[in-house]
Amino acid sequence: MDNIQALQLHARHVRQNIIKMVSKAGAGHPGGSLSCTDALVALYFDVMKNIDPKDDKNPNRDRFVLSKGHAAPALYGTLCERGYFGEKEFDLFRQLHGILQGHPDIKKCPGVDASTGSLGQGISIAVGMALGARHTGNPCHVYTIIGDGESQEGLVWEASMAAAHYHLDNLTVILDHNGMQIDGTNDEVMSLGDIHAKAEAFGYDVIEVADGNDMQQVLDALHTPPKAGKPRYIILNTLKGKGVSFMEGQVGWHGKAPNAEQAAQALKELED
Amino acid sequence: MEKKAIRVAYGEALVKVGAENEKIVVLDADLAAATMTNAFKKEYPGRFYDCGIAEADMVDIAAGMSTMGLIPFCSTFAVFAGRCYDQIRNGVCYPNFNVKFGFSHAGITLGEDGGSHQAIEDLALMRVLPNMTVFAPSDANEVYQCVKAAAEIEGPVYIRTARLPSPIYDPRPFTVGKGTVIKDGTDCVLFTCGIILEHVLDAADKLKEKGIDAAVVSFHTIKPFDDQLALEYTAKCKHVFTVEEHSVIGGLGDAVASAIIGHGVQTFTKIGIQDVFGQSGKPADLLKEYGLTGPQIAETIAAKIGK
Repeated sequence: MDNIQALQLHARHVRQNIIKMVSKAGAGHPGGSLSCTDALVALYFDVMKNIDPKDDKNPNRDRFVLSKGHAAPALYGTLCERGYFGEKEFDLFRQLHGILQGHPDIKKCPGVDASTGSLGQGISIAVGMALGARHTGNPCHVYTIIGDGESQEGLVWEASMAAAHYHLDNLTVILDHNGMQIDGTNDEVMSLGDIHAKAEAFGYDVIEVADGNDMQQVLDALHTPPKAGKPRYIILNTLKGKGVSFMEGQVGWHGKAPNAEQAAQALKELED
Repeated sequence: MEKKAIRVAYGEALVKVGAENEKIVVLDADLAAATMTNAFKKEYPGRFYDCGIAEADMVDIAAGMSTMGLIPFCSTFAVFAGRCYDQIRNGVCYPNFNVKFGFSHAGITLGEDGGSHQAIEDLALMRVLPNMTVFAPSDANEVYQCVKAAAEIEGPVYIRTARLPSPIYDPRPFTVGKGTVIKDGTDCVLFTCGIILEHVLDAADKLKEKGIDAAVVSFHTIKPFDDQLALEYTAKCKHVFTVEEHSVIGGLGDAVASAIIGHGVQTFTKIGIQDVFGQSGKPADLLKEYGLTGPQIAETIAAKIGK
């Protein structure tokens, strides 16, 4: 199996994990988890350096912040697939005393670099990590995935301004652009306008990926060498609910768990 | 008595403590000339980061920097604690990150800028957050001790400073979480924090003239609170008063109340900002308007205990 096929298989497993977790808990956010799964797999299995489940506090590891913290099932599914913990933890996803909290918790879950869930904060924390890394001479690179709905938060743009001001070329912001949020499409709720132009105007080196669920395209973008002195912004045009036919492109699956029958169908579609 | 604004002492303390600990970095949101972090900026330009007029971003940037082993001190006006509260809560306190907040211009003695800028709620906001240590120093010496302690504490710390020059007292022993008996007494006890101590001591003098022997106990640490000392003086004095340049809701008064409730207190009175916003004016005029001058405090107390 070549690398790309291996990564695609990992992504399939992570999507299975998402469905298992969310259906077991009867709650969670499958739609926006499935849309950013390919990016997470690319990061944790190919792009990020010094990633080791046995040494999850290695100071020189690349950092990842899930700014759209509600996509926690995708992060947990990826960390599990990468070997940070076993599938048995899924039983306590969103449950009392579980390590897999409703939103990522650095104090409870191995491999998590920041506690997120309050939208807009993750990208700002990532900017601080990149600035702190530069200050301390740490060679790591900081990655963060933000949502398009999340980009309505003013803090996203405050953080972006700071990233450009401090010339953080050790920072990559990844936009999971699935076009949907809780109350409808982005355009129905609060239009983002020309997000590409906005990101450029804020001083990012912008790369737009036509299909953000195509592993090769995602890898190509993530492996493009950073431009000196500029933070990177990758727009992944993704599909909400990707991989599960009845969830794809559906606003309604933002924060809803499938019932047993639906979960069985989803897992069938996601079989190896 | 020599006076110094405790915000000035904060800037000086950062320089001093920063000299001993290279991990300390200082962040500000375009108020370095007012919060006095410019003293640090001048001394260590490479360790100072301006975040622009974006307090929320400043706090989360500090959160991120702390994960790289740094000890960031963030500064802005105390009134803006509200606009970056989500970041302080979820970005810093929830993960227990090692970030410090030195917020200045607290209370009504900020003066002329008016009610929009006079923080009367910051202690309440900070007290309620798990993992947070809360300091409200009463003079320049205590500010230094608080900054030094903050750098040593692993976790979030809030330090409340003020704009108005206030007396520098003889240095007192400092232990985090311990109150300080400034003046012993037997008829009543005045629990206080911050620079209003000047007026509380004045009140104690005025009470003496009325034949009331008042104890004065100051708390530089509002959380963790020195319940034991509060209980000790409640048992001794029976009539308990709290005096603070903060709302009577959620601040020192409530910290004392939580400590002593059910422990034989005869009367309990909270003196402070009575659930109203401030307004523009000279600090001295504002203290008078809100009943916080020495003679007014003494009057309130004398009336309450019927002497």
